[in-house]
Amino acid sequence: MTDQEIVELINSSLAEEFEFDLGAMTPETALFEDMGLDSLDVVDLVIVLETAFGIKIREEEAIRKIRTLGDIHSFVIAKKRQSEAG
Amino acid sequence: MLLRRVVITGIGTVSPFGRGIEGLMDSLAAGRSGVVRVPALADITGMRTRVAALAVGVDAMEIPRKFRRSMSSMSVFATLASQDAAAMAGLGEEQLGGGRLGVSIGSTTGSPQTMEEFFKDFTADNSLERMKSTLFFHIMNHSCASNVAQVLGVTGRILAPSAACSTSSHAIGYAAEMIGLGKQDFMLAGGADEFHPLTSGTFDVINAASTAFNDSPASTPRPFDRDRDGIVCGEGSGILLLESLDSALARGAEILAEITGFATNSDPGSIANPDAACIAECMRQALADAGVEPGQVDYVNAHATATEQGDIAECAAIAEIFGSLTPTSSLKGHLGHTMAASGALELAACVGMMRRGLLIPTLNLDNVDPLCAGVLHQREVEELRVETIMKNNFALGGVNSSIILRRYQ
Repeated sequence: MTDQEIVELINSSLAEEFEFDLGAMTPETALFEDMGLDSLDVVDLVIVLETAFGIKIREEEAIRKIRTLGDIHSFVIAKKRQSEAG
Repeated sequence: MLLRRVVITGIGTVSPFGRGIEGLMDSLAAGRSGVVRVPALADITGMRTRVAALAVGVDAMEIPRKFRRSMSSMSVFATLASQDAAAMAGLGEEQLGGGRLGVSIGSTTGSPQTMEEFFKDFTADNSLERMKSTLFFHIMNHSCASNVAQVLGVTGRILAPSAACSTSSHAIGYAAEMIGLGKQDFMLAGGADEFHPLTSGTFDVINAASTAFNDSPASTPRPFDRDRDGIVCGEGSGILLLESLDSALARGAEILAEITGFATNSDPGSIANPDAACIAECMRQALADAGVEPGQVDYVNAHATATEQGDIAECAAIAEIFGSLTPTSSLKGHLGHTMAASGALELAACVGMMRRGLLIPTLNLDNVDPLCAGVLHQREVEELRVETIMKNNFALGGVNSSIILRRYQ
């Protein structure tokens, strides 16, 4: 997958799960302030990403630092590249 | 006996006839059936019934995702009905969140649909890794009550009685008693259930589900009829806004009817088969609670689900107390058996009958079973001013309940 394809899959998966307007999703979009997500949603966000990309990220320390959509893009791209290299 | 008088000032319904009490009453008065064929039931091995009474006219998207994520369809039904009941009663945030309003709403179980989805996924690989954070809020037994309280901002008591087909009668009866005791001034009370094949299967396996009218769904169920062959499961929600009379008068609220009596008892003789003597005792206790004699009751709204044994036992009990003098009908022919919603939906319809001045007959009662004779079956829509109504509900598990409704005066 290209970086762009990863970004698009993240955005479409989250838009569907959280009923968010795809057109309004930018890397700067804040998950809590802009998308209105809360701690329960973050649990589901992890499941959505794990299912969409076939990765395991629940125990990753870095997931706790994610604040924006751009943070998710970078995190998943790095995770995918890491698993491809491994 | 209630220490404070309790009245109904709001009604919300989600039923096979859509959302709202007026549409429900129009359909009942027109003799319509809410039962439809459900093709998916044919795909289930061992399932013989193919019909159900499904709720229509519901748009779950009206509820913001923040609240909807913790709801299965039964909570959606209960929430929309509760919003309608509160709106009809003219309640605002001040009353809803003031601590003097509570919620008493039950269901037969937590969401069977969500349970199925979870266990299907779970048993595939014995993994919890895909379990959503909101799963528990769908399957907990107080799912409907809690979800309603969250959406409406309720800060008073939460009660979620569960007694299968007696659930919403219990919810209403206990709520009335809470108001009667002065513990709350308002209660959103009733029940909800969502259709799932497990519900139909529960009755099918004990030969109590209707199977002979799969190709003519509007012909079943047939309470009291000689050709009845069992229950047709349904879904929906009925919610009444109960209020102390003092509160309603102080607010200048329109009073729709009064709850004057409630009784419930247990039948330890059988967990499945109702007993006429035990039902009659429950009805007598309700009459005593209301302080009325049988002759003062103008109409009996029966539980009568169209099972062989249940209808006979209830008729025997009604005949024992009322003889053949009091008009009696069941609304299951129109609505199917909406399970935990049935008591509240049917009581709401009783309020509707009282206000419209008419009695609704039993749909599909073409030939009275001789074993169900002895009571005065209401066979046609009749204009009649009724002052006092008895509403019965009986449940698997040996749980009987009766409520006395009176025109407010």
